[in-house]
Amino acid sequence: MFGIVRQNVGGARGLSSQGLNSMVRLRPIASVIRNYSSATKEMTVRDALNSALDEEMAADPNVYVMGEEVGEYQGAYKITKGLLDKYGPERVVDTPITEAGFAGIGVGSAYHGLRPVIEFMTFNFSMQAIDHVINSAAKSNYMSAGQINVPIVFRGPNGPAAGVGAQHSQCYGAWYGSVPGLKVLVPYSSEDARGLLKAAIRDPDPVVFLENELLYGESFPVSAEALDSSFCLPIGKAKIEREGKDITITAFSKMVGYALKAAEILEKDGINAEVINLRSIRPLDRATINASVRKTNRLVTVEEGFPQHGIGAEICASVVEDSFGYLDAPVERVAGADVPTPYAANLERMAFPQIEDIVRAAKRVCYRSVPLAATA
Amino acid sequence: MAFARSIHHLHPLPPVSNTRGLKPSPLFLGSIRPDSHTHTITRSSVSVSSSAQRRSAVAANVSDVKTKPAANLLVTKEEGLEVYEDLILGRVFEDMCAQMYYRGKMFGFVHLYNGQEAVSSGFIKLLKQGDSVVSTYRDHVHALSKGVPARAVMSELFGKTTGCCRGQGGSMHMFSAEHNVLGGFAFIGEGIPVATGAAFTSKYKREVLKEDCDDVTLAFFGDGTANNGQFFECLNMAALWKLPIIFVVENNLWAIGMSHLRATSDPEIWKKGPAFGMPGVHVDGMDVLKVREVAKEAIGRARRGEGPTLVECETYRFRGHSLADPDELRDPDEKARYAARDPITQFKKYLIENKLASEAELKAIEKKIDEVVEDAVEFADESPAPSRSQLLENVFADPRGFGIGPDGRYRCEDPKFTEGTAQV
Repeated sequence: MFGIVRQNVGGARGLSSQGLNSMVRLRPIASVIRNYSSATKEMTVRDALNSALDEEMAADPNVYVMGEEVGEYQGAYKITKGLLDKYGPERVVDTPITEAGFAGIGVGSAYHGLRPVIEFMTFNFSMQAIDHVINSAAKSNYMSAGQINVPIVFRGPNGPAAGVGAQHSQCYGAWYGSVPGLKVLVPYSSEDARGLLKAAIRDPDPVVFLENELLYGESFPVSAEALDSSFCLPIGKAKIEREGKDITITAFSKMVGYALKAAEILEKDGINAEVINLRSIRPLDRATINASVRKTNRLVTVEEGFPQHGIGAEICASVVEDSFGYLDAPVERVAGADVPTPYAANLERMAFPQIEDIVRAAKRVCYRSVPLAATA
Repeated sequence: MAFARSIHHLHPLPPVSNTRGLKPSPLFLGSIRPDSHTHTITRSSVSVSSSAQRRSAVAANVSDVKTKPAANLLVTKEEGLEVYEDLILGRVFEDMCAQMYYRGKMFGFVHLYNGQEAVSSGFIKLLKQGDSVVSTYRDHVHALSKGVPARAVMSELFGKTTGCCRGQGGSMHMFSAEHNVLGGFAFIGEGIPVATGAAFTSKYKREVLKEDCDDVTLAFFGDGTANNGQFFECLNMAALWKLPIIFVVENNLWAIGMSHLRATSDPEIWKKGPAFGMPGVHVDGMDVLKVREVAKEAIGRARRGEGPTLVECETYRFRGHSLADPDELRDPDEKARYAARDPITQFKKYLIENKLASEAELKAIEKKIDEVVEDAVEFADESPAPSRSQLLENVFADPRGFGIGPDGRYRCEDPKFTEGTAQV
């Protein structure tokens, strides 16, 4: 059974057809049920990732997992729990603390057709291996003119957690998102996690899979389609989590949850917000975003990363290039503060977007009373 | 530098034990032995900064090896001619590259291999097609030795679409899936983990996929790289997991203008092997037969599943680091000393003295190679530059982003998708 959860097909095909094809559009089950209690199965993101890995490893013996603590420790965040017992130490490989080394080993084995899933304990540590992610993985298919492709997945938690300090809290979406040759995915819900990880593992190109530590424990309802072992989500397609007509809010990863909550608050004030879950930073689903902005005429982008050269900057540029005439207000970027992450809890709270910040930004974009000077 | 000069006149050390009449010891050819010459080097108080103190600093003639009658020669005639041809190809090709560069046909960064041919021919001529070679930016000759046609390499250097990477890689990024040349990396040390991964694949294929696979991987890199973090990470993991890889250090004493002795706390790189649990061997890299003997043993070890080896080849590059390097820091005496140990001259002498080949046969080979290289240049000259549409090609193996197949529908909708037979 093919569990592709299709959404916004109209938007994907071109701006002109957006909004017309409600018959064709199969509303994703998860987002409808999201706000109501139901008997649908719930699954944590952690279990979603674990099950995706399990199923892909069972289906294809070339898939293996490599990283620190993925085996006997059951995964630093327990994402790879149980895999060592099932698949053995040759396929669930515990490594020494050698990011550059094992990322490169993953790439070398991918050159020869294996499908490694390299786990970085957090993406901050990927900086020690970034030479391999970019130079030997992303660029190889191009440099070899298609002779050698690299079907590798680099996955791990990205962005801030809670009180982990400056060196453990950076978001790498913008860095990896700027590199041609990489695909960069950012799941939010369990369905996203399952579908996108499976798609990433099956993809013949290098994929950077940015998870979020705080989402691992969150439960989301999953449809029967999503539980099927062949379920995959397409790479490069965003999802409209909540439809609206007054303002578009784009977000990814944990910020999708915040944006949805902000949308509920805005609803009470009569602002009907459309929330887009990006799902994919590279390729960025410009079509969906622009279609949405052309409908609502206002845009707020939300991300946890640093503001300069961030995802919001790219989305803003895309919208200005493609849909300038449709904008009724300047685009607002809600991003992390332009500082290394502080440790103190109250400072950390100020350093990352909170729901109130999204609400305020949305109101500003609607020219509703809140002056720009209001800070987080 | 004055310090170094003062010890020029010290009595040079005797050559390191070579293959002459040596039984392979349990400690492996040339590796640490209690009576090895290493102790005399390191204990000497002036050793570290002297370039004259290299262990095989004496002009060790290959003819020293011949102490026995023909039956004990190290190569047969066919092998000898094959190796000779490869040596000549490497030299003539690189010389042609220099010419072409100065004529503007080649551009960017070009790093030539003159003088180091013995390492490439000594190792790579022992490999099968399935074995992999990973190199650095000084990779033209590795690619040629592995079997990539001279035409393809020359076209690649000219940036033409008929190049081995269709002109998209260039001098520093030679890739060939057919010949298992896995690059060509500009960052030093970058190729080492990639090579370790290729070796990991051999082991994985054997143990997990239960395929018959004894492919080995050679990682070539220089003395500067032997100080890099990734090198140590991979020495550790290769030994830990007993991967079929040989780490070949082409120690030509210079990393651009940085002398190895100025950059390294302990300049004897082969010692780093045992520190990580693998044999470390030092060999005279100007002598193709010695390299070949060491290579045979190291490759044999790897194929039998006994794990990695670190081989330090003492060699020298006759030209500068790249064609843009004025090469002013190197001592002309040092260059002259190594020029006297030119691997091609040595091997030619060996072949002739041991009656493996006549002058005429060798001349014929040289002529043939001249023609091959000139043909390569002509071919490259006449080849077209890449078309404009090639700019955006090959960024991804799957350009439309996994979800959409060539028929425009989502790939996952393809009924064959779950069977693994869908076209991905």
